[in-house]
Amino acid sequence: MPSHTDKIYENELRELREKLLAMGAKVELAIASSVRALVERDTALARKVEEDDTEINREEVDIDDCCRRILALRQPAGSDLRFITTALKIVTDLERMGDLAVNIAERVVDLNAAPQLGSYADIVKLADLAQAQLKHALDAFVDGNPSAAQVVLKGDELVDAVYLKVFNELVGLMLEDSKNIRRATALMFVAKHLERLADHATNVAEMVIYMVKGTDVRHPHSRGLAEE
Amino acid sequence: MRRFRLRKLVNVTMTVVCGLAVVVALVPLVSLLWLVIKKGVAGLSPEFFTQLPTPMGVPGGGVGNAIVGTLMIVAIACAIGLPVGIGAGVYLAEKGDGRLGRTVRFTSEVLAGVPSIVIGIVAWGLVVLPMKRFSALAGGVALSLIMIPTVARASEELIRLVPRSLREGALALGVPEWKTSLRVVLRTALGGIATAVLLSVARVMGETAPLLFTSLNNQYWNLAPDQPTASLTVEIYDYAISPFRDWHQKAWTAALVLLLLVGLLNLGARVLSRNRLGGAS
Amino acid sequence: MTAAVKIDVARLDAWFGRVHAVKGVSIQVPERGVLAVIGPSGCGKSTFLRCLNRMHELVPGARAAGRVLLDGDDVYGGSVDPVLLRRRVGMVFQRPNPFPAMSIRDNVIAGLKLNGLPRDTDEVLERCLTQAALWDEVKDRLGGSPLALSGGQQQRLCIARALAVEPEVLLMDEPASALDPIATARIEELIHELKERYTIVLVTHNMQQAARTSDLTAFFYLGELVECGPTEQIFTNPKESRTEDYVTGKFG
Repeated sequence: MPSHTDKIYENELRELREKLLAMGAKVELAIASSVRALVERDTALARKVEEDDTEINREEVDIDDCCRRILALRQPAGSDLRFITTALKIVTDLERMGDLAVNIAERVVDLNAAPQLGSYADIVKLADLAQAQLKHALDAFVDGNPSAAQVVLKGDELVDAVYLKVFNELVGLMLEDSKNIRRATALMFVAKHLERLADHATNVAEMVIYMVKGTDVRHPHSRGLAEE
Repeated sequence: MRRFRLRKLVNVTMTVVCGLAVVVALVPLVSLLWLVIKKGVAGLSPEFFTQLPTPMGVPGGGVGNAIVGTLMIVAIACAIGLPVGIGAGVYLAEKGDGRLGRTVRFTSEVLAGVPSIVIGIVAWGLVVLPMKRFSALAGGVALSLIMIPTVARASEELIRLVPRSLREGALALGVPEWKTSLRVVLRTALGGIATAVLLSVARVMGETAPLLFTSLNNQYWNLAPDQPTASLTVEIYDYAISPFRDWHQKAWTAALVLLLLVGLLNLGARVLSRNRLGGAS
Repeated sequence: MTAAVKIDVARLDAWFGRVHAVKGVSIQVPERGVLAVIGPSGCGKSTFLRCLNRMHELVPGARAAGRVLLDGDDVYGGSVDPVLLRRRVGMVFQRPNPFPAMSIRDNVIAGLKLNGLPRDTDEVLERCLTQAALWDEVKDRLGGSPLALSGGQQQRLCIARALAVEPEVLLMDEPASALDPIATARIEELIHELKERYTIVLVTHNMQQAARTSDLTAFFYLGELVECGPTEQIFTNPKESRTEDYVTGKFG
């Protein structure tokens, strides 16, 4: 791929890309930590996730500034324009994922204060899936690989299926004994957050497809377009 | 350091030398003006402009008929020379890159270099011989032959100065080429051409040789173009080679009048070109 | 684009002497559309423009081959008088070129006067100057010299002059490249207004200008038409990698 005649511009775009990747890595870490805090009943780790979120928030603002500056000063076109608009959108998803990691950590603090309710096996499975979705979405972004992003879109169905399974298990526990309700509800929130995380990963994947191919794959039905 | 001094010395020396050259060049010019004014002023009077020359020995009289004659001959020269000269200039500027253009340009350069006495002989052969008499027309033809090459070359240069974009602007409006040349390009260059024409008129007004055997001279008022006609320059010549002191005085005064006329034309050209430049900025 | 095709160019080639300046270009411009032609210097975009009203013929050694249809009639047909063609296809140039020896009024109606077209000149004068968004600025000095106007005003005067002969198509060869940003913005606004009546082909070096003013954008490179499509698509999602490289600034 030829590089821009203006090397400073080229550097600005590279810097923006690197910032997004760094932020993505932080979000991945936050999610992984919140899940580990649940599984290993590590309340300190959960608290650390809450603290570290301020950094993610700061990076969101920083990346927004970066995009605005390039838009104002460079008037990007073509793939550059699609990259910038993609960056503006996925930075919101990333920040939201960071918030969800914090929400999970908050529930984990509550959960760790009481004895563990049942096996976490399926929640861990859900967490692994959600994290894999995010990882693939970010990889697709780095490589500019629309087919990898397509895989993420397909993968969301599996996430939803596992979430439903976890949900039903938790409802079962609640029916068994009303003392379980408090902890089961907390776990249900964790599961819901993980499912939401995967949805945001799907958003990222959709934007990656737009960024690379220039076609918008979002909401095909409501826009009157048949799904592939 | 030594080099620097040397350079300074050379610089000062050259400035002084060039200054002296200017002074030397100015001396004849100033002395000429001074001489003509000093000697000519004595004979100036209203009658000098309005009266006919008197026969030798009779005091008084003027060169009124010669002034009118000069103006008439120059007018005839313009009537012939300007359309041909400007027309040729337009052609050279617009289409003059071909073989014909080069030929015309070369011919006009040769014509510009021909001594004016030779031009006079040509006009004599062309007009005086067939008509079997000297005439203002013959003089006018001779002067027009001198004007044509200068007017043509000046017009060409000035038309070439008109930006190409103006031509394109007119052509893009669907104006035919010939109309574009005449009504946009030539019109734009007209101010400059007028200046060039005035200068060339001033030049031919001072010509004597081509008039000597074309318009000859005349002691009386004459407005008929087919008759011999007096002119200031020939009058000066005739008076100057005469043996009479009174006529010598008249030659000086006529020279002063001629100088004034030419000076006036030059001044007019100056004013015209200044106005044109002032309007453009 | 459901509008009728106003200009239909098919396999157009143009040469200056031995230089092959335009190579097999095919483009269609719809009625009342704005086509912007972009590309690096020397890519043949100005030559292409001049081929549309046969202004290229003014350059010795220039020739064109191919088909240019205006409303379905061949512009290069044997019976077509280029002089009459240019009254239908007007042109505005890179540098403002008002006629300096004429007043503002005479500049506007120059096309009518020089062509001997009988019109109500006062009506034409006001209409064209109004259309060119210049009337209010010059109505009190119509007899004055056009050289006293600013560059942007001169360019709008030239547009008014082009409009006076009632063309159907307006060719603009980098009309704002010699103007400051405000004057440029006024010309661009004017293009928006003019496209309600005229079909416009605009050559520009300024990609943002093309993006702002045109419906269609064509990218020329080395005499070839690389890509032509809706302006939005050319600037957000070009199909050709050479177009992509050009609009993102990756050339050279």
